[in-house]
Amino acid sequence: MSDVRRIERSQVPFQRDPREEAAAAVDLSTVLAGVELPNPILPASGCFASGAEMQRFYDVTELGALVVKSITLEPREGLPTPRMAETPSGMLNAIGLQNPGVDAWLEHDLPWLQGKGARIIASIAGSSVDEFRTVARRLRRHAGIVAIEVNLSCPNVEHRGLVFACSAPDSAEVISAVRRESDVPVLAKLTSDVTDVTEIARAVVEAGADGLTLINTVLGMTVDPETGRPGLHNTYGGLSGPAIRPIALRNVHQVREALPEVPILGCGGIRHVTEVVQFLRAGASAVSVGTATFVDPFVGPRLIDELRHWLADRGYARVTDLIDTIEPWT
Amino acid sequence: MATRAGTIEGRPDTDDPVKVTCEVLARRREGAYWLLSLAAPAIADRARPGQFVNLAVAAPDTLLRRPFSIARVSKQGMAAGTVDVVFAAHGPGTSWLTGVDVHDVVDVVGPLGTPFPLPQRQVACLLIGGGYGVAPLFYLADELTRRGLRVDMIVGAATQDRILNAIEAKRLTASVTFTTEDGSYGEHGRVTDVFDEVVERCGSGVVYACGPNPMLRAVSERCRERRIPVQVAVEEHMACGIGVCFTCVLPIRRKDGQVQMKRACIDGPVFNGARIAWEDTRYEIGPPLVVEDEVDEQPEPSRPTDADVWGES
Repeated sequence: MSDVRRIERSQVPFQRDPREEAAAAVDLSTVLAGVELPNPILPASGCFASGAEMQRFYDVTELGALVVKSITLEPREGLPTPRMAETPSGMLNAIGLQNPGVDAWLEHDLPWLQGKGARIIASIAGSSVDEFRTVARRLRRHAGIVAIEVNLSCPNVEHRGLVFACSAPDSAEVISAVRRESDVPVLAKLTSDVTDVTEIARAVVEAGADGLTLINTVLGMTVDPETGRPGLHNTYGGLSGPAIRPIALRNVHQVREALPEVPILGCGGIRHVTEVVQFLRAGASAVSVGTATFVDPFVGPRLIDELRHWLADRGYARVTDLIDTIEPWT
Repeated sequence: MATRAGTIEGRPDTDDPVKVTCEVLARRREGAYWLLSLAAPAIADRARPGQFVNLAVAAPDTLLRRPFSIARVSKQGMAAGTVDVVFAAHGPGTSWLTGVDVHDVVDVVGPLGTPFPLPQRQVACLLIGGGYGVAPLFYLADELTRRGLRVDMIVGAATQDRILNAIEAKRLTASVTFTTEDGSYGEHGRVTDVFDEVVERCGSGVVYACGPNPMLRAVSERCRERRIPVQVAVEEHMACGIGVCFTCVLPIRRKDGQVQMKRACIDGPVFNGARIAWEDTRYEIGPPLVVEDEVDEQPEPSRPTDADVWGES
């Protein structure tokens, strides 16, 4: 069709564009738990596989860092289907941590990421403290891995299947084991499905966590009204997407207020630049974008570009000037 | 919804999928289904039969894209650069799509997934479609015919209005056999009820199938029994369509016998049907539809023997 053509940003500026120049001058770099990132836009674990699938769309190293799908000690095939159910402004999933296991990940996925020059945040998962410890040990001394994110939303087989993240002592035990093994900063990924998230946050920080990822999915359920069958084979699953964004933001802010020195990676339902801004203002040093990638594969680079413009249009020179800038009602 | 058609995001110089905004050129009913024709040259150029596109929908409360297999692309002539999809309006997303108008702009990611592998030598191809699963087989039939291969088809549906474009099926094939579950068109029964007869008559050497997963299971098992190579395009709940969420998995048996969960969106949707560990899935074939006329099991009426009649010893 003759009226359909490519539009490229690079075709535009033969003329000087002051707005573009101001945007280009904005400093998007941030520091998360001691890790320097070129910008604060990261994928969320489990929403980006290990990067290669997304490289088909754009250069994934444009992102601040790559948070990969959780890695366990042994390969896992995961749960039976259906693993996904769409819900109002969100979706439920119960995948069961399908992944190739740490050895295969080190053999295949890591070299690919290293070859691209990616900054890798390796998400790890386990059914026991020992599994977390062993995986963390195997991930030691590998170029490109800049941090470990500990997925604490796993059932603890040694504690009646209770999720680690729901117990302060269990979470602390995992984090201290991982902290002892790891040679990079350790982020603890917490759940909102607790009475007081600040209690868990305090426990993992005391156990050695260098930062926190807030939040993981929120437990939910759907049922087919006709058949009575749950939407997920696992019955319960993790709710993600815009539906959980206010919950995530509240968690970030609560923890920031309670533990102002602890770096936070904000995560939950982010899709638009104004939502990135909300999380930064609430106290996050960077954000993870998850479910939005399913809707728009290009959401990451788009948010980087839009954030640059949002800041420039308002006279900010650095993204870090935005962090922790909630103006309370008086 | 995107307002401007013609934007492309991605890597235009490769075969990788792209995200485009495209104008709706046609929207019409096809029996019980709907057809959308989209002006998407970047997708049309790189698409192959069996692949799918992922459409953004703006229905209330929905979030995720909707995957549709490509029913046809036009690479030449007046309609060059168009991509057709066929769908049934059975949920909020697809119902919303029935309301998009000609000249509206939709946001599409594609082409996604694996295409049907094409035979490396001359062989009669049998294409088996169920419901709107016939759509990608039209595209495949075109491609096979262009390569000089014989194409026969079995088209099955619940009822006559769910037979997608019977004229097109006849036009594209050497022979087509229709089945409906209520007997309102063609043979009364399911595609597998006519399978043996068609395979014998057409000398089919390879089978391609697309349709509901229980049908694909039945076809795959029949092909395995008869040792006919079979490729199926599966349908599975998908969140991302691009290989990152791991929701659309199916158990696939490797050559060494180990079963692995493979993603329908990136490892598929086309799989070797004989390699799918159907027994590990929730897709049951169900009881036979057509009950054979009861054959009286009564003993043969006793007839007099030679000895009885002639008294011979």
